Amino acid sequence: MTDLRTRLGHVELPNPILTASGCASSGRELAQFIDVSKIGAIVTKSVMLGPRSGRPTPRMAETPSGMLNSIGLQGPGIDSFLQRDLPWLLSRGARAVVSIAGGTVGEFAELAARLSDAAGVTAVEVNISCPNVEHRGQVFACDPAASAAVVEAVRGRTRYDIPVFAKLSPDVTDIVSIAKACVSAGADGLSLINTLLGMVIDTETMRPVLAGVTGGLSGPAIRPIAVRCIWQVREALPGVPIIGMGGVKTGQDALELILAGASMVSVGTTNFHDPSACARILRELDEELSRRGIDRLSDVVGLAHEPRTAPRRRLSGMRE
Amino acid sequence: MSETEVQAGPVQVRGTVLTVRRVDAYYAMTVVAPGIAARFRPGQFVAVAVGGDDTSMLLRRAFSIHDVRPDHGGTVEFVFAVHGRGTEWLARCRARDVLDITGPLGRPFPVPRDPVSCLLVGGGYGSAPLFALAGRLRERRCTVDFLIGAASGDRVFGALTARRTGRTATITTEDGSLGVRGLVTDMLGQVIHEARTDVIYACGPMPMLRQVTALAGRYDIPVQACVEEAMACGIGVCMTCVLPVTGSDGITRMVRSCVDGPVFRGEQVRWDDVGTIPFDAFGAPGWEPRTRRASEATAAGRAAGSAAAGSPAAGGHAAGGPAAASNGTDGRRGHD
Repeated sequence: MTDLRTRLGHVELPNPILTASGCASSGRELAQFIDVSKIGAIVTKSVMLGPRSGRPTPRMAETPSGMLNSIGLQGPGIDSFLQRDLPWLLSRGARAVVSIAGGTVGEFAELAARLSDAAGVTAVEVNISCPNVEHRGQVFACDPAASAAVVEAVRGRTRYDIPVFAKLSPDVTDIVSIAKACVSAGADGLSLINTLLGMVIDTETMRPVLAGVTGGLSGPAIRPIAVRCIWQVREALPGVPIIGMGGVKTGQDALELILAGASMVSVGTTNFHDPSACARILRELDEELSRRGIDRLSDVVGLAHEPRTAPRRRLSGMRE
Repeated sequence: MSETEVQAGPVQVRGTVLTVRRVDAYYAMTVVAPGIAARFRPGQFVAVAVGGDDTSMLLRRAFSIHDVRPDHGGTVEFVFAVHGRGTEWLARCRARDVLDITGPLGRPFPVPRDPVSCLLVGGGYGSAPLFALAGRLRERRCTVDFLIGAASGDRVFGALTARRTGRTATITTEDGSLGVRGLVTDMLGQVIHEARTDVIYACGPMPMLRQVTALAGRYDIPVQACVEEAMACGIGVCMTCVLPVTGSDGITRMVRSCVDGPVFRGEQVRWDDVGTIPFDAFGAPGWEPRTRRASEATAAGRAAGSAAAGSPAAGGHAAGGPAAASNGTDGRRGHD
């Protein structure tokens, strides 16, 4: 039995497996298949200030080892979330990491304030990187200054004991500069990565499959990109906790992101394929670590950055 | 709507395939899935993972449950047409293969309390869930008439069963190869008259459901429509299968057909707006919560601006694209 405890900022989680925002709603649906209190946390679908109908259908397209989605942040808004979803999560003993999204810095700040007034929010994840918005200019995570402005506003309005994580887009020239801007602006950690902007054309109708034309690419197809982004950010900012996500389907995949530098791993699209995936991946990760003779998860976070000889020495030490 | 938690919720099982049968243009697959069989009510569906353990196809395929049986502890049968790689893989499965299945999913057909005259309308393999429903209705002493159709005779699912078990059974095909030439909706008025229909249950492609609802409205007959909308998960987390439905409060919401459906009251679905976000839908671009209107004039202006820029183009495309593309008479809920 490996010690899987990990830290989300200064908050301790019993294990590093989380849901990814937008892939678990607010936990209710998955609770039919898994015990939501047994995983590290539920990261909610991004909550906005008001209700939002999202984009027209078709909203998804299957791609090789992945999918495109073009939901457009559909949801009933913060009031409904605070009335229904958050109390439900807490009643089930789940830890709630609340993802927030807004069109302006002010909206983000107001959301942060509303969440700080509510009891039981474990952490806030700031979604500045959803690609399914009308204007690419609204994707704050494409610009260091815009990212920093949002993070600063959210950190300023969030209660001191609630960690703030910024979720970044891989669709940028230099993710490290965005990461540094967010951390300088007060982010307690980073979530890497959101979906990549993609597109599929139906060769029968000869038109785009998605009504919204473009959509966010997710699934195992993007895992190498997630590993690369986590690696780069960890290299540049070794002290900043990272929630890694992007195509995690097995415990081995989760371990790969952890080795790159993630101290928590979110499971996203895989929940669509396997609604009990989070519980399975947690079990598999435990087995993967035990099999390697590792008894503490924290020993392997970012281990891939160490020179090649280091793990060997560590393992041989264990055999003695 | 999704607030009420289902008492006997769905289960995820690894079910052993018993049989894969070719039924005219379709395949019928029977899988041992005791938990699903025990919980099943007509109108519910299963979501099947395809491609095996190392699959590159991440989205589950959703199929209406055709029938459940008590043998082998409980079996589930569903019907599908081969549309793409996922259903091709499924058609190649053989007895003793193992499938990852979740179910039973969605809201079932509501059954009337009184013994009334029920007309069951099916298009393509959309008729598959109607036979279990017919059994349930007969238990309630309802009379059951069938009206089923497709493009051609080999695409009419269950014509024989309909003729054998229905009080009447009307079959239509577009090419006239079986029954009456035409669409099911061409015969609907006549059948309603002859059968003195009290309630209609329908399952099939969107255009058929829209038309059935419109015609039934003229006779003031309620319609329970089972939609076939593309889904990724089937359990309510992916938000891809939404369609505009007007609630009893008069507000239109984009609701998930997997958990709030697949069975809807026909007149509550805004059939003409499927594939779009109606401008008055809850949370549509420009939609503003009343209390915030004053304080966020800037945000409103921005939202309205983006609505003007983005929506007409997207809406126009949606109206022309998928409706024209997806449905012949092969109803399909999966996307391939």
